[in-house]
Amino acid sequence: MVASSLKLQELIQEIREAKTQAQEREVIQKECAHIRASFRDGDPLHSHRQLAKLLYAHMLGYPAHFGQMECLKLIASPRFTDKRVGYLGAMLLLDERQDAHLLITNSIKNDLSQGIEAVQGLALCTLSTMGSAEMCRDLAPEVEKLLLQPSAYVRKKAVLTAVHMIRKVPELSDIFLPPCAQLLHERHHGILLGTVTLITELCERSPAALKHFRKVVPQLVHTLRTLVMTGCSTEHSVSGVSDPFLQVQILRLLRILGRNHEESSETMNDLLAQVATNTDASRNAGSAVLFETVLTIMDIRSAAGLRVLAVNILGRFLLNSDRNIRYVALTSLLKLVQSDHSAVQRHRPTVVECLREPDASLSRRALELSLALVNSSNVRTMTQELQGFLESCPPDLRADCASGILLAAERFAPTKRWHIDTILRVLTTAGTYVRDDAVANLIQLIGGAQELHAYSVRRLYSALAEDISQQPLVQVAAWCIGEYGDLLLEGTCEETEPLQVEEDVVLALLERVLQSHMSLPATRGYALTALMKLSTRLHGDNNRICQVMSIYGSCQDVELQQRAVEYNALFRKYDHLRAAVLEKMPLVERGGPQVNEAAKESKEVAQLSEAAPVPTETQVRGPGYPWGKSMVQLPYPALTLLPSLQASKLLDLLDLLDGPSENAQHPPPLDPTPGDTLIHLLDLPCTPLPSAPIPNLKVFEREGLQLTLSFVRPPGTPTLLLITVTATNTSGGDVTHFICQVAVPKSFQLQLQAPSGDTVPAQGGLPMTQLLRILNPNKAPLRLKLRLTYDHFGQSVQEIFEVNNLPVETWQ
Amino acid sequence: MIKAILIFNNHGKPRLSKFYQPYSEDTQQQIIRETFHLVSKRDENVCNFLEGGLLIGGSDNKLIYRHYATLYFVFCVDSSESELGILDLIQRWFFHSLEHVGNSVVTVFPLWLSQIFEEEGVLSMHKVFVETLDKCFENVCELDLIFHVDKVHNILAEMVMGGMVLETNMNEIVTQIDAQNKLEKSETFIFQSPRQDR
Repeated sequence: MVASSLKLQELIQEIREAKTQAQEREVIQKECAHIRASFRDGDPLHSHRQLAKLLYAHMLGYPAHFGQMECLKLIASPRFTDKRVGYLGAMLLLDERQDAHLLITNSIKNDLSQGIEAVQGLALCTLSTMGSAEMCRDLAPEVEKLLLQPSAYVRKKAVLTAVHMIRKVPELSDIFLPPCAQLLHERHHGILLGTVTLITELCERSPAALKHFRKVVPQLVHTLRTLVMTGCSTEHSVSGVSDPFLQVQILRLLRILGRNHEESSETMNDLLAQVATNTDASRNAGSAVLFETVLTIMDIRSAAGLRVLAVNILGRFLLNSDRNIRYVALTSLLKLVQSDHSAVQRHRPTVVECLREPDASLSRRALELSLALVNSSNVRTMTQELQGFLESCPPDLRADCASGILLAAERFAPTKRWHIDTILRVLTTAGTYVRDDAVANLIQLIGGAQELHAYSVRRLYSALAEDISQQPLVQVAAWCIGEYGDLLLEGTCEETEPLQVEEDVVLALLERVLQSHMSLPATRGYALTALMKLSTRLHGDNNRICQVMSIYGSCQDVELQQRAVEYNALFRKYDHLRAAVLEKMPLVERGGPQVNEAAKESKEVAQLSEAAPVPTETQVRGPGYPWGKSMVQLPYPALTLLPSLQASKLLDLLDLLDGPSENAQHPPPLDPTPGDTLIHLLDLPCTPLPSAPIPNLKVFEREGLQLTLSFVRPPGTPTLLLITVTATNTSGGDVTHFICQVAVPKSFQLQLQAPSGDTVPAQGGLPMTQLLRILNPNKAPLRLKLRLTYDHFGQSVQEIFEVNNLPVETWQ
Repeated sequence: MIKAILIFNNHGKPRLSKFYQPYSEDTQQQIIRETFHLVSKRDENVCNFLEGGLLIGGSDNKLIYRHYATLYFVFCVDSSESELGILDLIQRWFFHSLEHVGNSVVTVFPLWLSQIFEEEGVLSMHKVFVETLDKCFENVCELDLIFHVDKVHNILAEMVMGGMVLETNMNEIVTQIDAQNKLEKSETFIFQSPRQDR
């Protein structure tokens, strides 16, 4: 047995003398070793002291689990000194997640029934702090008995323990409900406090209990009245208010009982009026009672006059010099703002004042309340105030404030221009804190307000010229400049000051954004695309833009590189398509997160400018494959507007076309459908291209499903032919699982690219398109064999036919 | 409901910690650190309420704290507790703890002061008390609490049980504590060993 064991104070003293963390750890570890030895060897006289030291070490964060068994031993000891420390240890070291905790159930049971008040108190205290569901179930009968004990001290603790038990095991409500009514007649305030808490817990859990307890409302009213009226019993009074805690609890219970219940509310009305007028609010305790009274008045069916009184009390509190009172006033008003909106509106100016508080807790509450008070009539002034707040508020409130302003603007914007201005200001002030969809929202908003295009682009340009660091702002500005660059340079806008902008300056600005190290990759993507769009909007030659594109063609960022390469290709090979591809975007409908995605996608899509898909596939050619074909995978974004593009599969070789075959189906000759769109993979309504010199060819029709081919021979490459297969459906039923396979004669090389989808909806819905690239080095006459498989009207259909009547221009 | 009660000093060292919901030891220490971090950032002239941190926080929970000289007293509560009521409770617990644990001279002081404060009003006396303590006694109140943390626990157990307020009448509490202390003393007597402080 260790001879010298430190007293608790001595240990504490030693720990305090340790100069460093490491020293402290040393001291404690040494002591814990002693303690462990002492537990092992058994030292009944001093084990309470050892445990006390261990608990101290535990508080500082050192491991103490080896003391758990010792707690059990001490609890079982007959000495009060031991029990006291043992129970404290149980509360600190044991909890329901360890099985060991069940072992004290028996000890607690013994202690509960053995009659010494102090010991019973300890047991009840421990049970109510760490008692698990099993323990509660086991010990419920004991606790129930204690509710009838003569000692008020024990009864008081038993009642509160019952609350804990009900929380853990709701079925125990049945046991503890009956004694409540009787307990309410007690004089002892501690018991009353516990009983009111117990009844509150029961009522919150079960509507049946709530109904049952409505009958005690008169008793509660009586008790509260006594408290308020009788001068302070000095024992319980806090600065002149008798037992404010009990008053507050009773008021809460009355609130629950009177809610939505005419009769109970009637009974309480007078009393509440009395409390509201008689309580002295110059002290903290009185204020606490008054707040609860106000909340209760507002929550039950009270008389109108009383409600007015209540809200006025809150208004007075808002002007109080004590910050705590103001805080609680703001919190209470927040609780009321939904149900009594107009009453709270009256205090709006004061609430807005509180925004300017240096105290972060107060300004946070004021912010929440202010945002809840915005409506269509005060939106302009409120937004002004909130914008001011946004500029100076602490960083952790900025995100909430920004999104709050944007939300309010969306709901109550008086004009579109104001809305755009507001969002612009938020982006400039707190751009980094806005949510991701703010950019998309603003773009959609601007896009939809045709009359404001010029205005928007000018304002955004000015904002961008000043500061290119706020990413959301830069993104929106870049997009706008790209789309409406022509409006920026030409034309005047009445709403802003005349702005003389040179083309070069605009280009330089976008280039600066591109090169800036502050720009996110997404932002640079926006800028690149904007530059590209400007190539059609501006009048100068496009050398500068071309240069940028070729530089970025070797950019490290894969996304930018891809875009640049594609745009480059647009310049070089598909220049005639450039104007159409880079046209102004149509408005996208907004309808929710899904459609927002579509908006984002169509934006992306327009920016990716699919006009000249850069094939990344491999070409299959050579003698081994008589019909050269292979499928291509292109990384198209998944659209919500269209069925997702599938990666196409490798085809089986179709054995066909050795020579002119007689059994091929001849599609009925038809007028070529005019105004076909060319590269139609993404079904954005585009204006028809300058009419292709080669007429389109309808090759197939069955039950409303038609297949048409349109041809393009790009000027630079005489051997290349681009065919777009378009499938349209005028019937009443959808065509699904549509697959089109193509075979060409030996000397040709064919590449099939991914179709736009595999469904052709009925009634002239979105056509499906597929692009074919055919290389014809020998300039041989072109023939095609097509194989279609699809489902239509519940049947699967397979069609194979040849196309022989292709126009001469396609292969000469 | 009261979720936790913490006392720590101006450097974040815990002087008492009581949790009314099961948390692992690591989580408990984390909560103490996080609470200290939040509370120590506050100025002197702001309100005594704070939104809770991430661990013990959540939209429902807040911290109600008081700063006395070198000690922070923090209650983590949910929305069912009256904020001003808890503030009062902390006040009284602090004063009566000092009153009953201290051996040093200063403990007479708070008793007298607390009577005045109850009559004059919380805030003015609070300020006076703290300033006086600061001037005259420096770390004394903290030391008393440190060295007798188990007694502070005992007092607390008579005021708050299972996360709920049990008793607010200070005389009752004091009577109980005295009775219990007597019981302890009588036992050591029986065992014929010299009276020792634990």
